[in-house]
Amino acid sequence: MFGFSLDVWISIIISVCAASTPLLLAATGELIVERSGVLNLGVEGMMIMGAVAGFSAAQLSGSPYVGALIAVFAGAIFSLLFGFLTLTLVANQVATGLALTILGLGLSGMIGEGFVGQPGIKMLPIEIPLLSDIPIIGKILFGQDIIFYTSILLVFAVGWFLFKTKAGLQLRSVGDNHTSAHALGINVIKTRYLAVMFGGACAGLAGAHLSLVYVPQWVEGMTAGRGWIALALVVFSSWRPMRLLVGAYLFGAVTIAQFHVQALGIGIPAQFLTSLPYIATIIVLVIIARNRRMTMINTPASLGKSFVPDR
Amino acid sequence: MRLELIKRGNPSKTFSIFSPFIALLLTFVTGAIMFMLLGKNPITGLYTYFIEPLIDPWTREQILVKATPLILIAVGLAVCFRSSNWNIGAEGQYIIGGMFGAIIPVYFNEWDSPLVLPLVMMMGMIGGALYAYIPAILKSKFGTNEILTSLMLVYVAQQIVDWLVRGPWRNPAGMGFPGTKDFNESAILPSFYEFGDAHYGSVFALIAVILAWFFLSKTIKGFEINIIGETPRAAKFAGFDVKKMTIFAFLISGALAGLAGIAEVSGSVEKLDDKLSLGYGFTAIIVAFLGRLNPLGILAAGLILALTYIGGEGAQISLGISDRATRVFQGLLLFFVLACDTLIHYRFRWVKTVDNISGTKSGEGT
Repeated sequence: MFGFSLDVWISIIISVCAASTPLLLAATGELIVERSGVLNLGVEGMMIMGAVAGFSAAQLSGSPYVGALIAVFAGAIFSLLFGFLTLTLVANQVATGLALTILGLGLSGMIGEGFVGQPGIKMLPIEIPLLSDIPIIGKILFGQDIIFYTSILLVFAVGWFLFKTKAGLQLRSVGDNHTSAHALGINVIKTRYLAVMFGGACAGLAGAHLSLVYVPQWVEGMTAGRGWIALALVVFSSWRPMRLLVGAYLFGAVTIAQFHVQALGIGIPAQFLTSLPYIATIIVLVIIARNRRMTMINTPASLGKSFVPDR
Repeated sequence: MRLELIKRGNPSKTFSIFSPFIALLLTFVTGAIMFMLLGKNPITGLYTYFIEPLIDPWTREQILVKATPLILIAVGLAVCFRSSNWNIGAEGQYIIGGMFGAIIPVYFNEWDSPLVLPLVMMMGMIGGALYAYIPAILKSKFGTNEILTSLMLVYVAQQIVDWLVRGPWRNPAGMGFPGTKDFNESAILPSFYEFGDAHYGSVFALIAVILAWFFLSKTIKGFEINIIGETPRAAKFAGFDVKKMTIFAFLISGALAGLAGIAEVSGSVEKLDDKLSLGYGFTAIIVAFLGRLNPLGILAAGLILALTYIGGEGAQISLGISDRATRVFQGLLLFFVLACDTLIHYRFRWVKTVDNISGTKSGEGT
């Protein structure tokens, strides 16, 4: 097809996976956060903190796995800042999320200053014995890095958690009506803190994927709006994990296709192709918003509203 | 022990005035700690950042130059944020404003007339307003989330200008550097005095502040904005058209961001190049909140944020502190502002942790 051999196609698909993984991870985390009724616009900030923490920890320890672990913690701890402000001090969630992004971009630049230009340690693929030998799909599904596997498993785990467990039901009830959930004896604030931290951890790991697998280097501002695209994906999925999988891979495919068209050099300005994922996001948001009914049913009713228990 | 919030009967007047100052104080303290961690003398650090730039007349002028776009953009954002329209893509409107304003100098470089400058400024405003119109119309027509669309458009704007200054608009005599030809004298926003950096954009900022203050506190439309923002349900019952307000707020904010963009292009750089996007549109968000969405407050807040830029440059030269510390300062400041605003509506109380019936035991961090 298009003159590409099968091997080339497989490597293209693997690069689509690499482009999609950080989006999927960050969006999965944010989905849980929003399902609990909290809108955290700081995904971009948590992601870049994960990227810098992961990269520097990997450089210092010599292991990309230590890096990834530290990135998860960095994301979660950084998200606590947002949690404290919006949940304990009931600050405006939109503004606080923006603050988290601004602070994250600045702080990561400062932390990562000494690491600019250093060659990174790439996290190598782990081929699963037997399964990775399956023709074509073996390499794609079972011959990748551990963060890729985590991202796929996590979507399914989150889907199961939300709709099949009691804790998931409680989380959704907190997001849909915090007053009733509180009256039923659910600890609204605690649930939301845990959700926010989960979102932070996922965004942190997403950042680590960028600086340890996708690029692998530290470049200031390397998230380049991916955190915001992840936020858009959550809207696109209308808060359903499986649709997140579709959305993230669609965006990954657009990103990679854009690279390949650039390489073909057919005279379309590179800047136009670079802006394609952002334009695509806008178009998708419009299409989703037009379908009001579907969005209305799934939007967590308490999304973005602060909760102060009556005492 | 845990912290409990008690809602005040009325918003505290004292704290609505003092909360930005408390936030500034907290930022200074955190800044001092940060300097210590970096192995610098905290007093010298704070002095270099916040006092030194005020002493030298040259740096004072630089503060004015930096504050101009911040104040212009933030005043527009105040109109948006007050009416709950979350325009966070001001950076994009700023860039497109600069680009639109450059159309006349690029295509009619030889045109020499007193009409040119006002037209250039007007084009900048139109460009910014048109670009802000996109998220506004998408929100009011389809209910699309304006936060995400306006932000996505920032990246698109950066690419558009990048393409223009490297492609069709590039100065053929520019040695291959990205950027247009230098503007003709008639398209340049003059400085206050010869060879000075401070230009008449600062006057625009001052006028914008005064007009916005009058508009928001003395007119019906301004009243409407506040009602829509504070109690959307009441606004609905009062028959206010929320959708029209969205368009209106975005247009105002886009036009001001566009004016900031073209003032920067024509007043400071004197041509359009690839370094227009410096993040003023995002820093202006901090300015807007630090100024408590009040135009007069924004005037002061814009000068303070500009001070951190200039102080940061000074600290980089004299103390070897990374200029990235400036952005950390700015981010921290916004955090503290938002945290301190809680004091306006709530009182704090420490309570002993006892499990009560409803199970609101303290979560992490409470």
